[in-house]
Amino acid sequence: MAVNYFYPDYEIIRDYNRCINCRVCERQCANEAHRYLDDADKMVCDDARCVNCQRCVSVCPTRALKITETSNTFRKNANWSEKTIKEIYRQAESGGVLLSSMGNPENYPVYFDKILINASQVTNPSIDPLREPMETRVFLGAKPDRIQRGKDGRLVSNMPPHITLSMPVMFSAMSYGSVSYNTHESLARAAAELGIMYNTGEGGLHENLYKYGKNTIVQVASGRFGVHKTYLNSCAAVEIKIGQGAKPGIGGHLPGTKIVGDVSKTRMVPEGSDAISPAPHHDIYSIEDLKQLVYSIKEATAYTKPVIVKIAAVHNVSAIASGIARSGTDIIAIDGFRGGTGAAPTRIRDHVGIPIELALASVDKRLRDEGIRNKVSLIAGGSIRSSADVVKAIALGADCVYIGSAALIALGCHLCRSCHTGKCNWGIATQREDLAKRLNPDTGYKRLVNMLTAWQHEIKEMMGGMGINSIESLKGNRLMLRGVGLNEKELEILGIKHAAD
Amino acid sequence: MFRNISGCAISGVFSKSGRRFSGKLIIDSIAAMHERSNGLGGGFAAYGIYPEYKDCYAFHIFYDNESAKEECEKFLASHFDIITLSKIPVRKIPQITDEPMIWRYFMVPLPSKLADSQLDEREFVVRCVFRINSTIDGAYVFSSGKNMGVFKAVGFPEDVGRFYRLEEYEGYCFTAHGRYPTNTPGWWGGAHPFALLDYSVVHNGEISSYDANRRNIEMYGYQCMLKTDTEVITYMIDYLHRKKHLTLKEICTVFAAPFWSTIEIMPYPEREELEYLRNAFESFLITGPFSIIVGFDKGIMALNDRLKLRSMVVGEKDDMVYIASEEAAIRVIENEPDRVWSPKGGEAVIITFEEGTE
Repeated sequence: MAVNYFYPDYEIIRDYNRCINCRVCERQCANEAHRYLDDADKMVCDDARCVNCQRCVSVCPTRALKITETSNTFRKNANWSEKTIKEIYRQAESGGVLLSSMGNPENYPVYFDKILINASQVTNPSIDPLREPMETRVFLGAKPDRIQRGKDGRLVSNMPPHITLSMPVMFSAMSYGSVSYNTHESLARAAAELGIMYNTGEGGLHENLYKYGKNTIVQVASGRFGVHKTYLNSCAAVEIKIGQGAKPGIGGHLPGTKIVGDVSKTRMVPEGSDAISPAPHHDIYSIEDLKQLVYSIKEATAYTKPVIVKIAAVHNVSAIASGIARSGTDIIAIDGFRGGTGAAPTRIRDHVGIPIELALASVDKRLRDEGIRNKVSLIAGGSIRSSADVVKAIALGADCVYIGSAALIALGCHLCRSCHTGKCNWGIATQREDLAKRLNPDTGYKRLVNMLTAWQHEIKEMMGGMGINSIESLKGNRLMLRGVGLNEKELEILGIKHAAD
Repeated sequence: MFRNISGCAISGVFSKSGRRFSGKLIIDSIAAMHERSNGLGGGFAAYGIYPEYKDCYAFHIFYDNESAKEECEKFLASHFDIITLSKIPVRKIPQITDEPMIWRYFMVPLPSKLADSQLDEREFVVRCVFRINSTIDGAYVFSSGKNMGVFKAVGFPEDVGRFYRLEEYEGYCFTAHGRYPTNTPGWWGGAHPFALLDYSVVHNGEISSYDANRRNIEMYGYQCMLKTDTEVITYMIDYLHRKKHLTLKEICTVFAAPFWSTIEIMPYPEREELEYLRNAFESFLITGPFSIIVGFDKGIMALNDRLKLRSMVVGEKDDMVYIASEEAAIRVIENEPDRVWSPKGGEAVIITFEEGTE
């Protein structure tokens, strides 16, 4: 039916004066957008197959290719966008739920972009990180309630289990299965070299990566895929995933096409069957149930590892966090609505949850008002895009941040948002061997290390500018932030003043 | 919420033998640093000045008006046994104007009230101070220790000393502060020292960790009303020393923690202890420039920030210890000290009574 024909969103523009028919674009495109016509001795393409991942553009030796947004357009309508209309056509045809990947791309406010950072002038000297020590070490975990002394009067360590990081950034949960083995290896090796953590996500941990346990957070999600005693003890911390910013209220989705070979073995799921995690944990229907799971995990790990509870930022996030902070949990991770995913229903990704900046500010304040902020550490995730976002998140009250999309971008991701198809041309979100091998972990891990080393330098420069030489003095230091173009209520929730106020 | 930024001069004198001497000495010392103040605040803390009432809490209170005084005294009478009360004697001088009513009370908590509160005595007193300062408009308790008192005003410190007739008091320890605020809150309560119970703090600097420290300490029931660094530092000392039972030396390593690169080359068990303190009390770390002199019942403590971004020197002569922002402020009162040195950044200087001193 004609109504189901869509003019492609993107057009592949080939400059035939430059094209040498080397066919590399054809070989590199898993979507089969490029084709060689023997008879005509000519490359042709099918724009409809293109996801605009920029792979062919990047590998073309003669720069003969570019991808542009189509100028074909529906009749303009401020209420009915072309996207909305096309989605209706699709659903009218298929009867199915729309699927998407990566984070919410819609035009909601990005509060980080409306917050500015302070610097010292005259009354207080800035500090030069090239000449003076500048410290970014972070501990995550509960603080002791009281100090204890031995008979000789010396302090006795009664520190609850915690993790130590060289800088307040960790790689957030991305499961083996949703991403390739090479992606996991890159993340694990980068975390080990940087002295930070990566997170297995809910798909279990490949045995080859057990050796990076000191830099690993293992996740226990509602599907309990790949969870066993060795898994729980091959890590620095255990994370219970209640929710995820990209899809609050529902569980993980991994299409059966991605469950092959070692993924199936690691996840303990039969090959080819979809791995759909339940929306709730079926042993957690209330806060007291969460406490039981927290202590079950502590028992299984002999009280040697901190337990993280990860929740999506939703409307009453501060009350929820307050409950979690009283459940024996050591660390709370909050994931904002911009957080990425390998697959999520489009409507949920684009319409459920709240921005991390507001959620974080609100949770930090609530825990302080209740006098329990030192019982837990806070991790903020859900679109931390740069070192400036890190600094702003810490000053709002986070102990540390999670980055997911930024790490994948460092590995080559171009945010084409087609992870759910399993045909990632960059070798990241795929299990196809020919594609996965395009990501070489030797280069991948180095690129992650480079990116975070650069971020660390930038964080130190910004701290030095504020006259702060250790990251703990930045934590919750909201006077170092000012808002621009925010209304009274937004400023109140963020707990910051307007610029020049 | 405004932020009170200031530069300053500080000075302190302490007799290790507990010998009492006149407040004139500290006035002379702080006056030598006149250039470091701008006339918008000065003050003194004096220890050992009320031996006849040494078991009573001495409250010094500013009142804006009679009704504040009435309301406050009603509150005091219902919580304390007031042994005696009086106006604090002052000398009218043209340099000091617009003074509030300044009263002094020697008191002990009412045993029945104290028992009902289920608090220890000092916590009871602290809560009463906060209650007055936050709920009685126009009343402000600025001194609440035993056998010690704070005297402060808007003006240059040497004028403030003459105003309060400080030379007529004898004590074993005095600290002083001359203020150079970069805004002009002409309020007497905003002058330094800042004090709670026997702890008093004078401070020169502007800490960059202010809001991190403030939001942290407010979690433990302290209300920061003045928005000054000094107030926050005072509360942190009270919390860590009185409630958490850290030693003053440990508190110094929390405030001005050694760098990780230093801690890592330390031997066991110091290394573990320092790592523990930095982790457990991370939100008490103070960054940015500061030099502080802390008075307490048994001595005097001085500390610089870990990069030593503010000047501070210490001098000794016989049983006397002198601490000041500038050496000149020591030499003017003791021209031939046995020793003068400049403590390193983050190096705790804690001086207490010699053994056997009562």
